[in-house]
Amino acid sequence: MIVARAHPLWLAYILHRLSGLALALFLPLHFWVLSMAVTDAARLDAFLTLTDMPLVKLAEFGLVFLLAVHVFGGLRLLALEWLPWSAPQKTWAAAAVAGSFLVSTTFLLRAI
Amino acid sequence: MAAQATAMKVTVERGGAGTESHRQSFDVPAYENQTVLDVVSWIQQNADPTLTYRFACRVGMCGSCAMMVNGVPRWTCRTHVSRVLKDGALHVGPLRNLPVIKDLAADMDPFFDKWVAAEGRHHPTRSREEEIQPVDPAAPERQTASAGIECINCAICYSACDTVAGNPDYLGPAALQRAWTVYNDAKDANKGAILDAVSGKGGCHSCHSMGSCTQYCPNDLDPLSAILGLKRATTRRFFKGAK
Amino acid sequence: MEFRLYMAQRLSALVMAPFVLVHIGVMIYAIQGGLSAAEILGRTQGSALWFAFYGMFVIAVSIHAAIGLRTILLEWAGLRGTLLNAAAALIGVGLFALGAQAVLAVTL
Repeated sequence: MIVARAHPLWLAYILHRLSGLALALFLPLHFWVLSMAVTDAARLDAFLTLTDMPLVKLAEFGLVFLLAVHVFGGLRLLALEWLPWSAPQKTWAAAAVAGSFLVSTTFLLRAI
Repeated sequence: MAAQATAMKVTVERGGAGTESHRQSFDVPAYENQTVLDVVSWIQQNADPTLTYRFACRVGMCGSCAMMVNGVPRWTCRTHVSRVLKDGALHVGPLRNLPVIKDLAADMDPFFDKWVAAEGRHHPTRSREEEIQPVDPAAPERQTASAGIECINCAICYSACDTVAGNPDYLGPAALQRAWTVYNDAKDANKGAILDAVSGKGGCHSCHSMGSCTQYCPNDLDPLSAILGLKRATTRRFFKGAK
Repeated sequence: MEFRLYMAQRLSALVMAPFVLVHIGVMIYAIQGGLSAAEILGRTQGSALWFAFYGMFVIAVSIHAAIGLRTILLEWAGLRGTLLNAAAALIGVGLFALGAQAVLAVTL
């Protein structure tokens, strides 16, 4: 049976989980590319030229968005859990997403 | 028959322990005023007497008639069909996250076992020889406790929670809210035992604050905030280093 | 154990929150005019400060990601018991090893 769940706090939860999962999967790749700096600087440079491609730029924007959404979503959780605020904090869930868009859009605008 | 305009398509989840579950369709007369429980009762009385379901008070006090209605856990005796119809159709199933006994009757044992496991029971401060301990209704702790005591054990929050779905050890919103109300009770003498019970495997720290419990509680209670309170209390104890 | 994992998850998150904001800031600054190995190394190589910054970042993220993925493996993949904990430990150690390698590569 399909369960209806689309309310703000549930969406904040799923966004936090999926962004965290995606970041965790991206991390090994990130570390591997940086490690090339010593072993093969030319290869790293070749890799970094990829970042000029529009599609890669868009993927980068996605990553920065995931990072921002995960951080602000996490700060929202910490505040919810450890500060004596009343729940549900739908406004904070929304603010976390809005802040993330702001930060990652700044990144995109600078990147272009 | 005057108010009977059309027939309504109702599908019901049938089956249970040991038997294959399947959907069965019924045409039920639609009235202007009827609850989901009325519909289920109509089917049992007029179409198929073998349909199994559970109810008692019919006025939203006993907490026994909760079912999944069009994907949402609801108290069926106080849910009007007109409010939950989806494209003129109604799908009714047993509560999610619990074993099915038969048809629409869910086995509540795991739910109540977890109430016990969460240590939401009274630990007395005084014996019968002593004066009754006064309770100040205006005290903040009492207000916090009072906010959660109208729970009717319907298991709607338990059924709505995706953390329960993924982690069968998770105590669930109702049991944790109960523990939180007892923790805030001035008459309770063993708050440490409560914090221990909710800090173990499947305790309050398994919660991801998705808030479906508070969203769907038919009595407008707020188990999410109760669980957040337990997280705060256990964290405070951690930083104080108290045992 | 559940409570310890919870505290480790939250404390590593608290440690990382300022790091991530700095990291995003550096990214926005660094990508101006394109990226190159020389540029990255010029900023980070031989700097004890960047070593400490990214070193602590890698330690915190290994702990944080391992606990987070442990929860996902438990709830979504149905792993339990020793298998679950072994998988989480492997993820943590693996991320730390890869991260340490990267930090050493760009700061030494």
